[in-house]
Amino acid sequence: MNSWSSAFLWLADPVNWAGPGGIPTRVGEHLLYTLVTLLIGVIIAVPAGLAIGHTGRGRGIAVQASGVLRALPTLGLLLLLALWLGIGFTPPLIVMVALALPPLLAGAYAGMDAVDRQTIDAARSIGMTGWQVLFQVELPLALPLVIGGIRSGCLQVIATWTVAAYLPLGGLGRYIYDGLAVQNYAEMLGASVLVIVLALLADGLFALVQRLVVPRGVLAGRSRDVRTRTPRRSASSTPSTTAG
Amino acid sequence: MSWLLGNADQIVQITLVHAWYSALPIVIGFVIAIPIGWLANRYRVGRGTILAVVGLLYAVPSLPLFVALPSLLGTRILDPANVIVALTIYAIAIMVRTASDAFASVEIDVLLSATAVGFSTWRRFWSVELPLAGPVLLSGIRVVSVSTISLLSVGSVIGVTSLGYFFLDGFQRAFALEIIVGIVGTIVIAVIFDLLLSLAGRLLMPWNARPPSRRAVRRAEARTLVEAA
Repeated sequence: MNSWSSAFLWLADPVNWAGPGGIPTRVGEHLLYTLVTLLIGVIIAVPAGLAIGHTGRGRGIAVQASGVLRALPTLGLLLLLALWLGIGFTPPLIVMVALALPPLLAGAYAGMDAVDRQTIDAARSIGMTGWQVLFQVELPLALPLVIGGIRSGCLQVIATWTVAAYLPLGGLGRYIYDGLAVQNYAEMLGASVLVIVLALLADGLFALVQRLVVPRGVLAGRSRDVRTRTPRRSASSTPSTTAG
Repeated sequence: MSWLLGNADQIVQITLVHAWYSALPIVIGFVIAIPIGWLANRYRVGRGTILAVVGLLYAVPSLPLFVALPSLLGTRILDPANVIVALTIYAIAIMVRTASDAFASVEIDVLLSATAVGFSTWRRFWSVELPLAGPVLLSGIRVVSVSTISLLSVGSVIGVTSLGYFFLDGFQRAFALEIIVGIVGTIVIAVIFDLLLSLAGRLLMPWNARPPSRRAVRRAEARTLVEAA
C-alpha cells in the first residue's frame, strides 16, 4: 500500500485520537514543552540581548557564545545530561533552553543594532532618559526582529523536542520512535506530518505577529525598495549615511 | 581510556563518514543556492516568493523530514541519501537568503561601471559580482557548515551512520565517555571545516585580508543567526 495513504489512515483512525497516548494529548504535550522552553529562554535572553544592544557592550562575547552553543550537537547533549541527571523533564528542558538562547539573543541585539543611530540621538536630544529611549524608541523599533528571533527559536525548539522523544517523554516525537521500534512506517509518517504542520502553523503565527508589531510610523515611512543598498549619491538629496 | 584505544579505528572511521556526509550538503547546497539567490536579488517580483519558499523549507523540522523523505524520493528508510537530501534542503534554505543579501551588498555603481567597459552579464557575474559578494557568502556558508555538521547526528536515530551513533550507543550502555567522544568529534569536524572555509576565503579573496566593512559582515552574521539558527 502507498505509504502516504496508510499514513493518512493512521491519522484518521479514531483509536489514535483517544486516551493518554492520543493525538490531542501528544499535540498538547508538544505545545506545552515548547511554550515552557520559550518562556524561560525569553526571560533569560531578551533582556540580555536588549542590554547588549542598548549599551553596545558584550556583543563579541554574545556572538562567540552563540556560535559555540550552535556547534554543539543537541542529541549528544540531551543524552549526556539525561545520563548524568537522570530521566525526567528537567535535563532535556535545560538543553532546549540552551538551544533556544542563540536565536533569541541574536534577535534582540540585531533588532537594537538595526535602530538608526540618528533616531536615538533625536530621542535623547528632546530629553528622553535612557530608560525612555529603551522602552519608547528602541524596543518598539527593534520588536519585529526580536519576534523574529523568538520565531526561529520556536521552530528549533519544536523540532528538537521531537528528537528528544528518544528519551521517555511525551510529545509528537513519541509516535516517531514508537513507530520506528515496531517498523510501523505509517505511524512515523503520520506523526511527521503532524509535526511539520505544527511547525508551519507556528511559523505562520509568528510571521503574522512580526507584521503586526511594526510601528505605524515605520510602515508609513518605509520605502518600497526592500534591498539593503545605500541610495545612490546622485539620486539622493539627503546626505548619504555610510555604514560603519 | 581503554575503550578509546580499543575503538580508535571505529571512532576515526565514523568521524570520516560524518565529515563526508556533511561536506556533501554544504557544497551541493552552496552551488544550488548561488543562482537562486542571484535571481532573488535580480528580479524583485520573484524575490518575495523565493524567500518565502526557502523560509518554509527551513521551518520543516529535521527528524520528520528525515522520516518523510523516503516516501517522497522512493528510497529505503535507512538510506543515507534521505539525510543528505534533507540537509541539502536546509543548506539551500540558509544560503539562498544570504546569497541574495550578498549580491544586494554589491554597489550598483560598480556593476554599471563593469557594464560600461563592456562586460557581458555572464562575465560581470563571475569577475565582479561574485567576488564582491564573497565575504557575505563566506559568512553564510560558515553558518551552514556548523549547523549541517551538528544536525547530521540526528540522522543516527533512523540508522544513518554518523557520530550520533556514539550518542545512542553511549546512552544505552550508560557510558558517558562514548557520548563525549561523539560531541568532541562533532566539534572537531566543525572547527576543521570552519578553518578550511576561512582559509579558502583568504586564498580566493586576498583583497579581503582586512575586511572592508566589519559592520556589514557582522550584521549579515546576526541576520543569519536570527533567521536560520
